[in-house]
Amino acid sequence: MKLRHGLLFAALGATLLAAGCGGAGGGKDDLVVGVYGSLTGNDATFGESTKLGVDLALSELVAAKQGKIGGLTVRTVVEDDQGQAAEAATAVKKLISQDAVMAVIGEVASSRSLAAAPICQEAGVPMITPSSTNPQVTQVGKFISRMCFIDPFQGTVMAKFASSNLGLKKVAILKDVKSDYSVGLSQFFTEAFTAAGGTIVAEQAYQSGDQDFSAQLTAIKAKAPDAIFLPGYYTEVGLIARKARELGLTCPILGGDGWESEQLIEIGGEALNGAYYSNHFAVDNPEPKLQEFLKNYRAKNGKDPDAIGGLAYDAANVLFSCLEKFAAEDAAGFKSLGASHAGTPERKAAMEKLAGLIAATKDYAGVTGVITLDENRNATKPAVVLEIKGGKKVFNTSINP
Amino acid sequence: MTEFLQQLVNGVTWGSVYALIALGYTMVYGILRLINFAHGDVYMLGAFMGLYASRWFHAGEDPSPIKALLVLLTSMILCALIGMVIERLAYKPVRKSPRLSALITAIGVSLLLENGGVLIFGASPRFFPQIVAQKNIELGMGVVLSNQQLIVLVVSFGLMLALRWLVLFTKVGKAMQAVSHNHMAASLMGISVDRIITFTFMIGSALAAAAGVLVALQSPKIEPYMGILPGLKAFVAAVLGGIGNIPGAVVGGLVMGIAEVLVTGYISPSYRDAIAFVMLIVILLVKPAGLFGKAVTEKV
Repeated sequence: MKLRHGLLFAALGATLLAAGCGGAGGGKDDLVVGVYGSLTGNDATFGESTKLGVDLALSELVAAKQGKIGGLTVRTVVEDDQGQAAEAATAVKKLISQDAVMAVIGEVASSRSLAAAPICQEAGVPMITPSSTNPQVTQVGKFISRMCFIDPFQGTVMAKFASSNLGLKKVAILKDVKSDYSVGLSQFFTEAFTAAGGTIVAEQAYQSGDQDFSAQLTAIKAKAPDAIFLPGYYTEVGLIARKARELGLTCPILGGDGWESEQLIEIGGEALNGAYYSNHFAVDNPEPKLQEFLKNYRAKNGKDPDAIGGLAYDAANVLFSCLEKFAAEDAAGFKSLGASHAGTPERKAAMEKLAGLIAATKDYAGVTGVITLDENRNATKPAVVLEIKGGKKVFNTSINP
Repeated sequence: MTEFLQQLVNGVTWGSVYALIALGYTMVYGILRLINFAHGDVYMLGAFMGLYASRWFHAGEDPSPIKALLVLLTSMILCALIGMVIERLAYKPVRKSPRLSALITAIGVSLLLENGGVLIFGASPRFFPQIVAQKNIELGMGVVLSNQQLIVLVVSFGLMLALRWLVLFTKVGKAMQAVSHNHMAASLMGISVDRIITFTFMIGSALAAAAGVLVALQSPKIEPYMGILPGLKAFVAAVLGGIGNIPGAVVGGLVMGIAEVLVTGYISPSYRDAIAFVMLIVILLVKPAGLFGKAVTEKV
């Protein structure tokens, strides 16, 4: 048994090295980027898409510059947090202490980013969350930044869309009480929607992992809402939509970017037709940079990316461009980011400088839009609203901040 | 009123699933005085067997009632065999040991099935195909019953009646009753106690498998840990009805399902899981033998 485990780890390590270095062989002084996410668990496509997005960015770096920045090879180490906040904290601790990462990319779910962020902040390792939208995530400290818009904006977008575009008056909310994202987003939606003259007729809750939602939906049905706002993650969203239709609830369902997954339609099926959700990009946007990314992603992975993958791709590229800038400005300081300098004060100073460079990102043209970080290290970007029509996600409108 | 009636319909549907699982607990306890903690995991295996069976029969792409029935039966038969293997390999060797050994073995089997499930099926959830096209039936007063709920009700109550017939009116059922009273006396009467015990495990496992498929029909997300909580709650349901008592398990399951749905609908979903264990504590304090603990003599 022991031997087998050893072999397994050796194989795993070899794969990671091979993936990270593009066959160049793992030198000691690599620039190690830690990636953590839910590769398994309830929302496994979040982690999977994040990993694929980062991988694509890295493979392009390998193609363009043999995977090197400032003379050092960039490689990634990927950790699975199984979709659990406690595991996310463990994964990040391991990345920092064992793999000597100089930057961390991750999580999608805000609860897990919030579990990992204090660890990165404490250790002075820059962390970029590609797609956590809860405002608290970057409030942890100056080492934490993000590539996406935040929930106060997203909540307003959906409230505006519900009241002006769809002309809805009465909305019921069904939120996941265990998720910081869901609780935050429903609060921001409520504020904006009531300010726009609408009423929230029912507020029900569930917990991620629940199997049965009939009781909550029956209570919602009794209030006869014009729509249900469902700010959860895609697995529960699909199950809840199906249950709602079974109970004879025919009103539209609205949601946020937690819906974004290739599995959403597979789980929800026909029940999701006529639903709307806010997202970071629409694949039918003709923007050349986005279409180029889509083409490369499809060629590499044989499927369409979701916005989570796009944001992870942007996060990795922003990190790489900051590293380039760093190497150009201060070649000596840059060398100390290498893994062999782990624990030295020079490396700490270099990581602090790197965090500063990331926070100063301005007008970076990413595939999910132009990224400029504000003083709280949040990106200000337009949101798109997608409509689900005949099992396809179709661009409906774009709303600017 | 409509809302309350709809909640009752939801509660009875969910409760009938608990009842099916609770039957397995109660039967095994009746015969062996063993709490089979691996029972909830057999329910999980039932859902997975159903998933593979529906792929095998292509029940997802081209749903038909016959295929759905085949899926259900395949899953029940496979799980009955798994139940037999578990009994033979894990419980039979410790049958003469103190009861604590058997209980700990049961917990071990449970962990083995859960983590073996992660190894074989993967840790990410899988989604059960829609093997029955969805349709709604209006019951009047705005209360809706989906055909899937109807299937759950019909199949589970059908199975419960079949079990009752099996226990009361067949030779093997009478042998089960005899074994539950006294192993030694039953074996002196020419009953093969080993066989009856194995048979009981097979029946219990088949019922759990049916529950697994029925739940997957309504709530299609299945994963290796899905059996833990329903298993515990069904155990509470069995205790509530009086463990060892078959009608008690059915009533206990229904009470549990209705209580959960009402708590979720009218109070808060956060108390959904708590209610089961509050009930357990109250029963143990007020009526330790359960609702039907002493009143009915029929035991299996």
